[in-house]
Amino acid sequence: MKMTKTLLATTALTVAGGAVAAQDMVDSMTLVSWGGAYQASQVSAYTDPYVEMHPEVSITWDESSPEAVAKLRAMAEANNITWDLVDVTAADAMRLCDEGLAMEVDHDEILAPAPDGTEASDDFGDMIVSDCFIPQIAYSITNAYRTDVEEWNGETPSDICALFDTEKFPGTRTLERRPINNMEWALICDGVPFEEVYDTLETEEGQDQALAKLDTIRDQTIWWTSAAESIQALADGEAVIGSSYNGRFFSAIAEQDQPLEMLWDAQVYDIDGWVIPEGLPEDRLNRVLDFLYFATDTQRLADQAKYISYGPARQSSAPLVSTHAELGIEMAPHMPTNPENSANSFVQNYEWWADYRDDIDAKFQSWLAQ
Amino acid sequence: MSDATADPNKVEAPTPDDPLAQAKALDNRDASGRMLAADGTPLKRQLAKSLRVQKIRALMLIAPLLIFVLLTFIAPIADMLFRSVENQIVSETLPETVEALEDWDYESGEAPGEPVYDALYNDLFLAAEYKNHTRLGTRLNYELTGVSSLFRQAGRDVEDRGEAYLDQFEELNDQWEDEVVWAELMGSDEWLEAQRAWSEDSGDRLPRFQLREGVAALLPETTRSFLNFVEFIRTEDRESPLDEEPWSRVYTALYTDLMNNDVSAYSGPHAELLQEAAAAVPDFETQTTKEFFLSVDDDWADPELWGTIQAFSPDYTSGYFLSAVDMQKTPEGAALRNEDERIYGLLFKRTMFMSLMITFSCILLGYPIAYLLANLPARTANLLMILVLLPFWTSLLVRTSAWKVMLQQQGVINDVLVWLGLVGDGSRLVMINNQFGTIVAMTHILLPFMILPMYSVMSTIPPTYVRAARSLGATNMTAFRRVYFPQSVPGIGAGSILVFILAIGYYITPEIVGGTTGTFISNRIAYHISSSLNWGLAAALGTILLAVVLILYWAYDRIVGIDNVKLGG
Repeated sequence: MKMTKTLLATTALTVAGGAVAAQDMVDSMTLVSWGGAYQASQVSAYTDPYVEMHPEVSITWDESSPEAVAKLRAMAEANNITWDLVDVTAADAMRLCDEGLAMEVDHDEILAPAPDGTEASDDFGDMIVSDCFIPQIAYSITNAYRTDVEEWNGETPSDICALFDTEKFPGTRTLERRPINNMEWALICDGVPFEEVYDTLETEEGQDQALAKLDTIRDQTIWWTSAAESIQALADGEAVIGSSYNGRFFSAIAEQDQPLEMLWDAQVYDIDGWVIPEGLPEDRLNRVLDFLYFATDTQRLADQAKYISYGPARQSSAPLVSTHAELGIEMAPHMPTNPENSANSFVQNYEWWADYRDDIDAKFQSWLAQ
Repeated sequence: MSDATADPNKVEAPTPDDPLAQAKALDNRDASGRMLAADGTPLKRQLAKSLRVQKIRALMLIAPLLIFVLLTFIAPIADMLFRSVENQIVSETLPETVEALEDWDYESGEAPGEPVYDALYNDLFLAAEYKNHTRLGTRLNYELTGVSSLFRQAGRDVEDRGEAYLDQFEELNDQWEDEVVWAELMGSDEWLEAQRAWSEDSGDRLPRFQLREGVAALLPETTRSFLNFVEFIRTEDRESPLDEEPWSRVYTALYTDLMNNDVSAYSGPHAELLQEAAAAVPDFETQTTKEFFLSVDDDWADPELWGTIQAFSPDYTSGYFLSAVDMQKTPEGAALRNEDERIYGLLFKRTMFMSLMITFSCILLGYPIAYLLANLPARTANLLMILVLLPFWTSLLVRTSAWKVMLQQQGVINDVLVWLGLVGDGSRLVMINNQFGTIVAMTHILLPFMILPMYSVMSTIPPTYVRAARSLGATNMTAFRRVYFPQSVPGIGAGSILVFILAIGYYITPEIVGGTTGTFISNRIAYHISSSLNWGLAAALGTILLAVVLILYWAYDRIVGIDNVKLGG
C-alpha cells in the first residue's frame, strides 16, 4: 500500500512537472469497455486526442466489460494481467475492490483538479463510491414506450407504474432478466415510498410483495439479458414499453428515428468508470496513469457527452456540455441529470445489493422459471 | 541343387527368422534352460526391450496430441471437479477463529465466548491489512445473506479499536509513537545494527528480523502481532520497521500483556517506559473484543453467523453440491431450500427434456434427408449436401438471430399467417422466448450433426440388399423395415449421441431465444461464472452435468451397445 502510494505520488509529481518522457512507460495499452456507441464515444473523446498527442502509443480495445469481474479474477489466478484499464459499473468496481482485483487509488493525487482548482475528489463528489473507482459518466436505467400503440387510445404513460397498468396500457413489456431495478419499481408501484424500498426488500414479505406485483406482468414480458434486445423488441413493436439504458434509447430515438418516447419517472441512476487492475508492472502503470490524468479531466469528460447522452461525472464538466457532434442538437435535455428528467429519480443502493444479490437473484430466477 | 529359399540359414541376406535360427544353431541356452540371444542376454528380455522401444516410438508420435488433450481438456476438468469441493478460504483467512470455534456448540443457541472474538479480531485485522476479508465476506454471503457487508464494515472498523489504545499510550508518553522505540524494544541489538546499516536505495535485501531475547516471554501477545506487522511491511511494502509506526493492533496487544504480565523485573531498553505504562494501564478506558464487535454490528452475536462459519470451516465442503441440488448446508446439516428458491432441479429436468426433444426432432427431420443424400444420383446429392452444409458455415449468432426475426410476433411467419387470414392480427402466435423457440432454433442448428453420420452410414448400405428383399417378395415397407432400417441404426446412434451431448451443454441459443421457460442449466452455470462469481457452485453444476452425460452414455452402451455406433462407413 505504501509502495503504491509513493509510486503514485512520484507519478503525480512528474506528470505535474511535465517530465513525462523521463519516465519508464510502455507504448501500448489495452482498454476494456462495453463496445457499441458508448465505446465509440470514448474513442472519440479520450483515446483519439491522446494518441494525437502521443503518436507512439497504440491502443487496443477489448469489449469485455460485461464479464470484467470474472475475467479479471481468472487473470489474477493465472497471474497474467493483460488489461491496463477497465471500464466497469460502480457495483462491479466495488466487487473488484472487495476481491482485491482492482487497485486502490488516491483520487487527488492521480487525477487533474477542476479548472478552478477544486480537488478531483470534491469535483467528483459522491460519485466516488469505492476507493478503486474513477468515475466517468452517470447514466440511468429507465423506460421508454412506443408512441403508436392504437390500443392505448391516445393515452401516454406519465409515470413508472404504467409498466404495471395493463388495463390502460395493454401490450407486451420488456424488462431486464435480473432482480435489480425491477424489484424496486414493483415496490414503488405497490405504494412503497422511495426511502423505504430497501428496508421493505430486506424482509421475506417485502420480497414476496415485489414478486407478487411483478407476477401481474410476468407472462406478458420479454425478459432481456442484453440491452440491445430490449431496444430491438421496442423498435420491432414486439414490446410497447420497457427498460434499457438511457443512452441506448437516445440513439434509437434521436439517431434512428424510432417512434419511442422516454419515460424518465423513477429512473435509476448508475455510474460507470475506470478501474486499474491490481498488480500492473510499473512501466504499464505509468502509461495508464498518464492516460487517466488526461482522459478524466474536466474538458474530456464534457467532450464525451457530444457523442452519447450520458452525464459527465465531474460537476465542473456540466456547464461545458454542448451539442451532439453530428446531429447538432443540444445534449443537456437528454442527460439523465437534467433537472426535468431527474425530478423523480431513484438512487440504487450498491452496498445493499452486494449483500442481497445472491439471495434475491435465486428467488427471482426461480420465480421466473416457474 | 538345393533350393536357396528352402533353408533360411543359407540365405545371404538377413531374414526375420535369423535370430531364432542363430539361437537354434548355437543352441544358446543358459543353465536354467532359458533361450539366449546372440549377445548372451535372455531372448525374452531382448524381445521385451525391442517391443518397448516400439511402444515409446508410438507414444512419441501421439505425444503432441496427448499433451494437448491433457493440458486443454483433462486438466480443466480436473480443476473444475476440484473447485466444486474446495473451501480453504475460510480456514486460511480465519485460522485462529476456526480453531477457537471448535469448542463452541451451535445447538447452544448462544453467541460464542470471548476467546472466539479475540481470535476473530486477530484474524480479521491481519486479513484486512492483506485485504482478504472482503473476499471471504463474498464467499460466506453465498451461504448467509448479509455477511458480505458485515465483513466489509468490520474490516474498516478493526483499525479504530486499536486506535483507542494507541491514543491512550501516546497520551501517557509520546515515546510510544516513535517507531524506533518499538524497534529497540522488540528487536535484538544485532538486528538493530544491521537494520540501521541498511538503506532503501542500496537494493540489498532487508535484514531478517530477530527478536530481543526474553521479550517473547514477557510480552507474548505483543510479540506475535509485532512479528505479523514486521512480516507484512517486509513482504508487501519492503519497508524497515525503523521507519514505520506499528499497527494499532500492536497497542491492543500491549495493553493485554501489561494487564496480564508483570514487567517489573524487566531491565532491557525502555524498561522505564514499559513500567510506567504497566502502572497506568489499569486506568485505561477499555472494551472487550466482543463488546467491540457487537458495537460494530449486532449481527456478530447471531449464532446463525457463527454456525455458518463453523459449518464452512473444513478445507473441503459438500456445500456447493448441496446448493446445486436445491439444498443448503446449514449449521444443523443439509436441508432443502425454501420452495421459492429451488431452481436447479427444474432446470436439470428441463435441460434433459429439451435435449431429448431436440434429438428426436433431428432424427425425424434428418433421416429422410440423409436417405435422399445416400440414394440420389451424385450430382443432385452434392447439391443437396451443400444445402445441408451451408447453414453450418454461417455464424451461430446470425442463425439464432434469424430465428428471432422469423418467429417473433411481428415476425415473418406471423405476418404471413395474418396476411393469409389464418390468424387474427390480435392473436398472433407466441413462438419465441419459450421452449418452442429454443427447440426449433436448436434443431436447425444441430441438424447437420445428425445428417452427416447418418449419411455416411447409409451410403455404405448396398442397394442390392433391398433389391434382393424385394425380389424375394417383400413389400417396399417390409424391405425398408427389415433390411434397410436395421443397417442404418448405427448412424442414428452416432448422430443422436452427438446431437444430445452438444444440446445438453448449449448456451448461446437458449440465452437469446429461450425467454424464461426455454433456458438450460448451462445458462445458470454461465451466470455463476460471470455474474455472481460463485465458481464453486458453477463447478458443482458442471460436474453434475458431466456425470449425467456419462451415466446416459453408459446406459446407451448397455442398451444399444457402443459398438453399434458408426461415424463413417
